[in-house]
Amino acid sequence: MDNSIPLNWKKIIDKETLNKSLTRICYEIIEKNVNNQAIAIVGIRTNGEFLAKRILNKLTEISTETYDYGVLDITLYRDDLKYNNEMPLVKATDLPFSIKGKKIILIDDILYTGRTIRSALNAICDFGRPACVELAVLADRGHREFPIRPDYVGKNIPTNETDFVKVKLEETNHQEGIYLIPGESK
Amino acid sequence: MIKHLISISDLSKSEVVDIISQAEKLKEVNERDIKKVPTLRGKTIINLFLEPSTRTRLSFEIGGKRLSADTINLSSSGSSALKGESFADTLLNIQALNPDIIVLRDKNSGSPFLAKKYLSKTAVINAGDGMREHPTQALLDLMTIKQVKKKIDNLKICIIGDIRHSRVAKSNIYLHMLLGNEINLVGPETLVPLEFQNKNLFGNKIKIFDNIQKGIENADVIICLRMQFERMQDSYITTIQDYIDKFALSEKLYNKYSKDAMILHPGPVNRGVELDSKLIEQSSSYLQDQVNNGLALRMALLIKYSYALKEENA
Repeated sequence: MDNSIPLNWKKIIDKETLNKSLTRICYEIIEKNVNNQAIAIVGIRTNGEFLAKRILNKLTEISTETYDYGVLDITLYRDDLKYNNEMPLVKATDLPFSIKGKKIILIDDILYTGRTIRSALNAICDFGRPACVELAVLADRGHREFPIRPDYVGKNIPTNETDFVKVKLEETNHQEGIYLIPGESK
Repeated sequence: MIKHLISISDLSKSEVVDIISQAEKLKEVNERDIKKVPTLRGKTIINLFLEPSTRTRLSFEIGGKRLSADTINLSSSGSSALKGESFADTLLNIQALNPDIIVLRDKNSGSPFLAKKYLSKTAVINAGDGMREHPTQALLDLMTIKQVKKKIDNLKICIIGDIRHSRVAKSNIYLHMLLGNEINLVGPETLVPLEFQNKNLFGNKIKIFDNIQKGIENADVIICLRMQFERMQDSYITTIQDYIDKFALSEKLYNKYSKDAMILHPGPVNRGVELDSKLIEQSSSYLQDQVNNGLALRMALLIKYSYALKEENA
């Protein structure tokens, strides 16, 4: 629970804008679901889990449908494990429903290289055969390394590759917002 | 430096806590329809079991496969050990094939240390060496204790039986000393090594009893051990019946002195010798949970010790 935000962190999205973005994503999800498919909202740990919960709550508020909710931990599927020196700490995956035939909407905070989403797709398919998978992200900062694109985007944030983008959420912090930490310019 | 798991003393308390928590999370993989994750793809694990084993070998093999590693089992009957190849030569040949982890079970105490010496690029996990240690069993016992008692400290652990020949007892003693738990050792004096009474080595946490009633009183956990007749060259007890009369955990004793205790046994059980058959089937015994947890626990260890290697090569 770190309270203080370092001086070089620039707040680019505040709490109110963040909330509005999530609301818009929810309306888009409903609007796009013309066939009334069964939808499961699946958050990618850690921040995606909290965003997915918020999206689920908003969706149940503004529509009459019911939605499944689950959490995915992709640690066991990552492709960059061997470059880290520490034992990867697995958190549990919890998908208390059948994936089969459902429209899965993956939720994550930042879309960057696309490697997390690649891992998440592999993980999801190990649980069964979904009808389709869509991706909703709070922010897209570019610099993709895989052919992956989001279906719902809160904000597009232009960044340099060396920059860091951090999301703080009230579930784990006192602060809330998206921060840009400028990296060394090349 | 490559990390090995040969003794409980290779682990710190925080590593123990991490391993247990990893294992708890990995249980989910074992409940899926498709029980496989790609974490250890491309890793080679050799299970070298030079002494009989069911549970330990199966769980290391299944665990490795569920993590997508290539696991190969080698036992003494199927290896060149039968043709008279020495342990050292077997190790050198294994080394030449460059596996990532070797899981070793051997009847000779201390053989994992020899393995560590010959294998420069492979992590050694001790799956039981003679009468010395069996660290992965103590860890899965602890995982089962945490599942039931919801804690791993402030506990009174009672270990009954053939402590002299039991590597499980020794690893459990060292593990619970690391955690600061109270330990009661119960058994005939011939089967409880007196060195455990040495306060300089073991402090005040270990008490020795030759009376089962006093030993199990108010215990949180009772670990029953198998009488290891195959390791007894001399006679350590008068007769089996005499041992049963004095040291078998019966339903009556359990209900009278320690009815809140959970019962563990590393298996295989001599039913009626160290443990009453009726107790095995009742809800206070967790023998099946031990096996179930053992799988996830060994998966956590395989991940951890593959990473110990990567640290070296990164």
